[in-house]
Amino acid sequence: MRRPSARKRWSWRSQAFRGLLWQVVAVLLVGFAVWFLAHNTLENMRARGIQSGFDFLKGPAGFDIGESLIPYDALDPYWKAFLVGILNTLRVAIIGIGVATLFGTLLGIGRFSANAIVRGLCYAYTETFRNVPILLQLLFWYLVFTEVLPPVAEPVSVGPFLLSKAGFSFPWWVEGRWSVPAPGAFSMEGGASATPEFMAVLMGLVFYTSAFIGEIVRAGIAAVPKGQVEAASALGLPRGLQVRKVILPQALRVIIPPLTSQYLNITKNSSLAVAIGYPDVVSIANTSLNNTGRAVECISIIMLVYLVTSLSTALFMNWYNKRVAIQER
Amino acid sequence: MKKKSWIRKNLFANAWSSLATIVFAVLVVAYLPGLLNWMVVQAVFGPNVDACQAARGTGACWGVIAEKWRLIVFGRYPHLEQWRPALATVLLLGLLFASCVRKFWTLWLVPAWIVVWVVFFWLMHGGLGLSVVPTDQWGGLPLTIMLSTIAIAGAFPLSIFVALGRRSKLPAIRTLCTVYIELVRGVPLVSILFMASFLFPLFMPVGKSPDVLIRVIVGLILFWAAYLAETVRGGLQAIPKGQLEAAASVGLGYWQTQRKVVLPQALAIVVPAVVNTFIAIFKDTSLVTIVSLYELTGALSIALNSDANWRPFKIEGYLFIAALYFTFCFAMSRYSLWVEKQVHHG
Amino acid sequence: MAEPIILFEKVNKWFDGFHVLKDIDLQVAAGERIVICGPSGSGKSTLIRCVNRLEEHQEGRLVVDGVELGDDVKAIEQVRRNVGMVFQQFNLFPHMTVLENLTLAPVYVARKPKAEAEANAMKQLERVRIAEQAHKYPLQLSGGQQQRVAIARALCLTPHIMLFDEPTSALDPEMINEVLEVMIELAGQGMTMVCVTHEMGFAKAVADRVIFMDAGQIVEQAPPEEFFSNPKSDRTKDFLSKILGH
Repeated sequence: MRRPSARKRWSWRSQAFRGLLWQVVAVLLVGFAVWFLAHNTLENMRARGIQSGFDFLKGPAGFDIGESLIPYDALDPYWKAFLVGILNTLRVAIIGIGVATLFGTLLGIGRFSANAIVRGLCYAYTETFRNVPILLQLLFWYLVFTEVLPPVAEPVSVGPFLLSKAGFSFPWWVEGRWSVPAPGAFSMEGGASATPEFMAVLMGLVFYTSAFIGEIVRAGIAAVPKGQVEAASALGLPRGLQVRKVILPQALRVIIPPLTSQYLNITKNSSLAVAIGYPDVVSIANTSLNNTGRAVECISIIMLVYLVTSLSTALFMNWYNKRVAIQER
Repeated sequence: MKKKSWIRKNLFANAWSSLATIVFAVLVVAYLPGLLNWMVVQAVFGPNVDACQAARGTGACWGVIAEKWRLIVFGRYPHLEQWRPALATVLLLGLLFASCVRKFWTLWLVPAWIVVWVVFFWLMHGGLGLSVVPTDQWGGLPLTIMLSTIAIAGAFPLSIFVALGRRSKLPAIRTLCTVYIELVRGVPLVSILFMASFLFPLFMPVGKSPDVLIRVIVGLILFWAAYLAETVRGGLQAIPKGQLEAAASVGLGYWQTQRKVVLPQALAIVVPAVVNTFIAIFKDTSLVTIVSLYELTGALSIALNSDANWRPFKIEGYLFIAALYFTFCFAMSRYSLWVEKQVHHG
Repeated sequence: MAEPIILFEKVNKWFDGFHVLKDIDLQVAAGERIVICGPSGSGKSTLIRCVNRLEEHQEGRLVVDGVELGDDVKAIEQVRRNVGMVFQQFNLFPHMTVLENLTLAPVYVARKPKAEAEANAMKQLERVRIAEQAHKYPLQLSGGQQQRVAIARALCLTPHIMLFDEPTSALDPEMINEVLEVMIELAGQGMTMVCVTHEMGFAKAVADRVIFMDAGQIVEQAPPEEFFSNPKSDRTKDFLSKILGH
C-alpha cells in the first residue's frame, strides 16, 4: 500500500512554508558567509600578490626531512614530502594506538587488583597523566631525551635496549640475523633506533592516552553486573577464564565507542609533533607553508588528511562495534 | 587486629599479590632515597645560580622557580603592572567558582559575567587611567585562564543552537549542523589554530585583520562548540518524548518548548560532561603556544630560553607547570564527580 | 444533532506505509462523553492524538471546535489552546513545581498575568483535590496524585474538549479510583470528553457512547448499555470476553 503524501496548503502560516523559510534563511546565511570569506581571501591574495593552486606540489621541496619511511631527498617534489609526513603521522599514531591500548588495558584491570598497592599505583598514574596537558608531557619527554639522557657513547642500557641522546635503540632483524645495537663514535651501530623526536611524540601520546584508556577499561569492567562473575565462579571457571570468556566480551561493548574516540584523539594529537620537529604531516605542511606562502593549500591538505583518517577510523570502529554487538543476540 | 586482616587481604591475598607487594617494597628501598635526595635533600631552593650549577645531577634546582616565577606566571606582561593580571584573574576565577555553585544558578549570572569580562579586559588592556598593555605582551597563567574561560563561555551558547539544529526536523539545518560538527571533530586543534593564525587574516576584508588574540579566540570557540554540541545533544536525547508532547499539547511553540521544558532538564544532565570538556579546554589551551601566544607553557620557554644560566633547569620548570595544571584539573574533575553524584541523587 | 465539536471525515493515516487509521468517520457533539476501547495497536491512541495534532493525518477532513486541522500553524495553536490532553505517563515537567507546571501555558501561551494564572491554577488544583501539594515537585508525588495534577494542568487553559489517553494504565491499582473519581466529576460538569481507556466501569458510569476500534477502523459504536449487553460484531464480542471474562 502506497502512502499518499499529504496535500499541503501553501500559505505563509503553513508549517511547510515556515520550515522551508527557516532552511532557506540558514542556507543563505551560510552561503553568504562562505562567499564573503572566499571573496575576501581572493582579494587579499591579489593585493599581496600570493599565488594560489596546488601546482606547487610538483616543484622540488628543497628541504631535508629527518626521518622517512620511503627514500626521500631535498630534490624530491613537495607531494613526496607530504607523503613522507603522512606516513610519519600514521607510523607514530598506529604504534601509539597499539602501545596505549596495551598499557591502558593493564591499567584498567589493575584497578581491580587484589593488591592495594597495585590499585593505588594505577589510580595515581591515571590521575597524574590525564590532568597534565599532552603538549607539556611531549615537551618534557623531548627535554629528557635531548638534555637529561647521556650521550651516544655511554647509553643507559636495559638488557639489549639502549637509551641515549640518539634516541631509543633496540635489537632488530637485519639481513637474516638479529643485530644488537652498540654505541659507536657518533651514532648507534647495529640494531635499529627511534629518533628522540619520534620517541618524545610516542611517549607523550602513550602516557597521556593510556590514562584515559585505563579509565575507559575500568568503567567497562565495572559495568559488567556482579552476578555475571558470581555465575562464572559458580560454574567453577578459573579466574583467567572468567576474565576472558565472561567479563571481557561484555565489557568490550561498553568500552569500544569511547575507545574509538581515544584512537581518533591519538591520531589528532600526533599533530603536536610540530612543536618538537618530528616530521609529521603538520610539520611538513608548516615548513611548506613558510617556504611557498600557500597557506590555504597547505592547511587544506592537513585538514583533508585528518578528515580522511578520522572518518575511516570511525567507520572501521563502527563496523567492529556492530560485529561485537550482534553476537549478543 | 583489624589492621592485620586488612594487610593480609589487600597485600598478601595470594602468591601474585604477595609478589607485587615485595617487588614494590624492593623498588621503594632501591629508588626512593635517591629520588628524595634529588627532590629535597640535595635540592637548591634559593634563587642561586652557582649553587644550582654545583648541585647539577645530584639535586633539583627549585631555585629556578624562585628566580623566574613572575616571568613564568605572567609572561612578558610589564613587571610593575603585574598586579593587574593577578587581580583580573582572581576576579575571573572567583566568578567561575561561584558559577559552579548551584545556589547561584540564576539569570543574575549573565550580567555578572558581562561586568567581570569588561573589568577583566580593562585591567588587562588598560586605558581609563591605566597604562595600555598591548595583547602581544599578555601571557602566562592569566592568558591560560582567560582563553579557556572565554572559549567555554563562547562555545557553550553556540553549542546549544548547533545541538538543537542537529536534532531539527528540517533537513537543510540538520545537514549543516551535522557537517559542521563532524568536520571540526575530524581535524586537530593545531590545524584550527594554524587557520586562525594564517588564514583568518586572508578571510577578512583587505587591510582589516583583527589581533591574533581575537583570531585565536574565535578559532577556539568554533572548535570547542562542535565538541560541546555533541555533549549537549546527549542531554537532549535523554529527555523523554512525552515531555515534548505534553509541551505541544498545552500549546507551547518550538522555542518556548526548548527554553522552558527541554533545555533546563537537558543542561542539568550534562553539567558533569561540560565540566570535563572545560578541563580538556584548559589543558589544550597550551597549544596556542604553537601560534606564538605565550600562555603558561610558552611563558616558561620565554623565561628560560633567553637566559643561558638558568636554561639547564627547564625540567624543574616543566615539573612546576605540570603541578599547576594538575592542581587545577584535578580539582575540577573532583567537582565534576561531585556534581554527577548530585545529579544522580536529585 | 447540532454542529459537532469534533468531526472526522474519511480520515486516513499511515506510519511509513503502515495504515493506522482507515477511513475514520466520527462526530462528537459538544458535551458528549466518548470512551474508545480496542486491542493494542488498533489505532485508538493515534485517533485521539490526531485531535490535537500530536499526529498528523494524511487524508480526509478533521474539524475540531470549528477549526479545520491542516498544515496551518495558527489553526494548530488555536486547537491546542482549546483542547486539553492527559497522557498515560502523566508527562509532568519534573524540573518545575506543581504550580509552575500549571501556570506555564497560561502565562506563556495565553499571555495571562502571573497572579491571575496562579489563582486559576489553585482553583483547578482544588478541583482535583490536591491544592496542598502546589509547591512540591512532581516526582515527590504518588502516581495518582501526579495524574490528577496533569488533569489540572490541562484544565488551566479552560479547554472545550478534554482528551484522555489511557490515563489509568500506568497507575498502581489502588490509585486508579482517585483519578477516575476526578474524571467522573468532570464529566458531570458537562465537559466534552474523549477517553481511551479499558476501565469499563467508568465507561458504564459516564459514557454517552462507547467506540470499539480494531485494526485502524471503528468497528462498532453504541451507548454503553447496548454496547456491553448486546455487542454486534464478533470482534467486539471477542475483545469484551477477553477483558471482562475473568
